[in-house]
Amino acid sequence: MSGEKRRATGGTVRVVIDGELCQGQGRCFSMAPRLFGFDELGNGVVLGDGTLDAETLPLARLAQANCPEHAIFIEGDE
Amino acid sequence: MSEKPPVVDFATDFDHTDPAWVKDPYPIWEDLRQRCPVAHTDRFGGAWFPATHAGVSTIAKDTEHFTSRAVIMEEGRPGEEALPAPIGVAPPITSDPPFHQMARKLILPAFAPGVINKLEPQIRQLCRDLLQRFGGDEEVNASWDYARLIPPNVIREMLGFPEEDTDRFIDIVHMITEAVDESEEKRLEDFAPIEEYFIAQMEDHQEHPRDDLTSYLLNVELDGNKLAPEHVFGTMVLILVAGIDTTWGAIGASLWHLAHHPEDLERLVNEPDLMPVAVEEFLRFYAPVTMARLVKEDMEYLGCPMKEYDWILLGFPAANRDPVAFKDADQFIIDRAENRHVAFGLGIHRCIGSNLARLELRVAIEEFIAHYPRFELADPTAVTWAPGQIRGPRQLPIRILE
Repeated sequence: MSGEKRRATGGTVRVVIDGELCQGQGRCFSMAPRLFGFDELGNGVVLGDGTLDAETLPLARLAQANCPEHAIFIEGDE
Repeated sequence: MSEKPPVVDFATDFDHTDPAWVKDPYPIWEDLRQRCPVAHTDRFGGAWFPATHAGVSTIAKDTEHFTSRAVIMEEGRPGEEALPAPIGVAPPITSDPPFHQMARKLILPAFAPGVINKLEPQIRQLCRDLLQRFGGDEEVNASWDYARLIPPNVIREMLGFPEEDTDRFIDIVHMITEAVDESEEKRLEDFAPIEEYFIAQMEDHQEHPRDDLTSYLLNVELDGNKLAPEHVFGTMVLILVAGIDTTWGAIGASLWHLAHHPEDLERLVNEPDLMPVAVEEFLRFYAPVTMARLVKEDMEYLGCPMKEYDWILLGFPAANRDPVAFKDADQFIIDRAENRHVAFGLGIHRCIGSNLARLELRVAIEEFIAHYPRFELADPTAVTWAPGQIRGPRQLPIRILE
């Protein structure tokens, strides 16, 4: 999964969805509604700025591990 | 179908309508993965079948070398009657870029989660009404008399078709997805009354507009123009075809599983919070839908000499069983935490009804096991499976236990 990690700025850990890759499979927002919502076309969107803490990081990783399109990235996750 | 010779070697002569494939395709796919990851057949005028997740994924995302102009593998190819690519006869599933994206964006909002989630109470009530019909029967047909009846009623209401026509829909779907050995001429002939029926519905909606998908399609604009009647018609056919057998198959296969895995049934009854995760595993393990593509031009691809107009049978159910992509791929794990299944396809043609399908599947199982917390197969040999690209049990006699 190393390919899905991206460098973040400022030491924070953050989850992002690549809008080019997302096809609206709907796994993220059904699995982790605390972190993800959807737009009017049904594509996944990150709620807020996506900053993760110790409690939400595992949820983001779970959503990432269930995205068939590999569209979820966790920046700054070592 | 009966005059076709049985398949001896699926690597060189595969046929998805062969009785062995229809009954239990999983060992066939596993064998292919090990010795011939892209199978070939001269049947259907020439076709290829990638059995691995990598092969399926590569082709599903490659709209440059493959066209979606036809997605049901049959003897014929899209003829003069078919609209030219990139629109196809049932947009957007039969469309290619760039038209595809426009056609898809038109109907995506109608299937977005916010809209679909509102249907939950009505689907739940439908399931309860169907279960009530069983009364105190000790044996029920969980597929034919339950799973089969849920999706057509949901789709009928979305399209705004008359309730009394519901029973016709399944025949229409089977004519399109299962009569694939018929000649193109015969297929067009059989399709005529279906076309008449849809045109009558469109005319009725034009005269009496209402709040449903048919009226929406008739009035929505693309680049400032209303959709061509062929486009509206094709999309209505698509919604009907894609929304019925598929979800029926998923519900039926899930109930079949629970009927002979009492430990999973017990866990679901006792741990209802498990349901969303379990639904994804049902979708992975028993993915009902196989799609098709056509090769655009002669080329060497995945090491195979593909010819223009060869079919690709795009087996998402096979991809879901590939051990390279899934740990313990051949095991049904009801609380599987990591599950990148591709039951709804991959790439730009991701099933537009996936939110609806997932909702129907969850509610149908929830209501069934709430009504019948314990049940088993009444006669395993009586279970029959749908032939063709949409898999699921047709006959599923279940014995209700105390």
